[in-house]
Amino acid sequence: MVGDAGAMNQIGPRIPGVPFNVDRIRQDFPILSQSVRGKKLVFLDSAASAQKPRAVIEAMSHAMETQYANVHRGLHWMSERTTDAYESVRDQVASLLNAPSRDEIVFTRNTTEAINLVAHSYGRGVLQPGQAVLISEMEHHSNIVPWQMLRDAHGIRLLVAPVTDAGELDMAAYESLLADGNVGLVAITHMSNVLGTYTPAARVAALAHRFGARILFDGSQAVVHRAADVQAIDADFYVFTGHKLYGPTGIGVLWARAELLDRMPPFLGGGDMISSVSFEKSTWARVPHKFEAGTPAILEAIGLGAAISYVNEIGYDAIAAHEQSLTDHALATLSTIDGLYIIGRAQDRGGVISFTMDGAHAHDIATLLDRNGIAVRAGHHCAEPLMQRLGLDSTARASFALYTTHAEIDALAENLERVRSFFQ
Amino acid sequence: MSFDAVRDLYQDVILRHGRNPVHMQRLEVFDAAASGDNPMCGDRCEVRIQYAPDGAVGTIGFDARGCAISMASADLMVEAATGRPPEDIRALASDFYGLVRTGDTASENTALAALKPLSGVAEYPSRIKCATLPWAALLAALDGQTEASSE
Repeated sequence: MVGDAGAMNQIGPRIPGVPFNVDRIRQDFPILSQSVRGKKLVFLDSAASAQKPRAVIEAMSHAMETQYANVHRGLHWMSERTTDAYESVRDQVASLLNAPSRDEIVFTRNTTEAINLVAHSYGRGVLQPGQAVLISEMEHHSNIVPWQMLRDAHGIRLLVAPVTDAGELDMAAYESLLADGNVGLVAITHMSNVLGTYTPAARVAALAHRFGARILFDGSQAVVHRAADVQAIDADFYVFTGHKLYGPTGIGVLWARAELLDRMPPFLGGGDMISSVSFEKSTWARVPHKFEAGTPAILEAIGLGAAISYVNEIGYDAIAAHEQSLTDHALATLSTIDGLYIIGRAQDRGGVISFTMDGAHAHDIATLLDRNGIAVRAGHHCAEPLMQRLGLDSTARASFALYTTHAEIDALAENLERVRSFFQ
Repeated sequence: MSFDAVRDLYQDVILRHGRNPVHMQRLEVFDAAASGDNPMCGDRCEVRIQYAPDGAVGTIGFDARGCAISMASADLMVEAATGRPPEDIRALASDFYGLVRTGDTASENTALAALKPLSGVAEYPSRIKCATLPWAALLAALDGQTEASSE
């Protein structure tokens, strides 16, 4: 079993006494030395998916080369070792989220699947028709569509809490929706993938609980940048995906309170999630295995474990400080560009910055930047309703990670000035 | 660093039509209309057409929001397609799709000449749909549909 990752959060620098050194960190990410179109890669699209440190790459190939078999079934050395490796990641995730129990960690394919699991299982098994699910205007499609499907299939109502012009959750409107709405569940982002806004999670959860609702946080963005503590914020469900947290694709996490998981029927049926099977009746395995049907993403879980170790070695305090400095620098620098508009001005925001530019469509901006090796995202960012709320068709988005440098932000700003002249 | 390398994509004619599309107008009187959507970026293009007495497409207008490539493509499309019978427009569209997918400008279709500045799109696979969006709307209108499929 892996040690107390929670305690490692406090260490800060990777090597005690040595401060955060982004140049050394970048050496851990082989892809960052690649060139794109003959230019040095400037990767500012980590909010879509982050690059992988060598530790993650090697953990996965090491497992395949030395220690791999199916989990939870083989009565042989390889299977037992692989099961230990897979299950130890559950401990790591429990520590990462400060979950009370490792048995509350369910592995999924990604955030989307985790939310679908909750919508399907908690939504149909526990929520009653006529009750409401309350989301916000700044949700990713993955936290909208599963609830629409639940609404249509199960007769729940779907309520939407507005965001202010600054791009923050409208707390007064949120509270009045809770007060009036017979809300069974709030499902809300912990950090917007478009605006970079952090949701005041503890306040939002306390309000939900005051009105008898449970609360799910989509931590896909938040968990990358700050330590998440499900007990401190008093969450009921917390979901995130591995590939944005420097881990591989194909692995995500659902954490939920044990008493909720116990009440929830299985989502997918099959092997590994049963206690016994006959043609008349099957009984379910205990939580969390009840929710992990079929051979899980073993190698991807091992990769996620390596990613969590990597993040813990650096420490969330150091990561958050570095990224805050990047964000402040980017906001200050980009603000000086004529005709460039930063979308959202939340008080509490992280390193995800969306912007538009007079005379230049987001796609044209992205293509021009790409020509100089700079990768940004352009479009609606899987958040079309938020775009409509903001009166926008699309934005360009630069997003930062622990390996992003101030010089890369300067390169972005310099090239955006050129984009502006190009389209003038 | 400069953007000289993108001049293959953003030729002057494209920048000019992208900035000031001269044929962007909503026809008040029309015989057919269809819209196209690019779900990846939220770009939209509505094309309205009037048929001439001989069955050719006499007037084309479009109303769009989108990037420089899609706006320029729509504007150049109107210039290339106006006055032609539907079957010629379908053939032209087919040649145009080939042009933006392969970058091959060797087609003998003379009507394609005005569209050749868009051949650079072939180097940018994620942008091909920007160029084909107005054509998809025009083809849907010719087929009597109101929505272009996104492919």
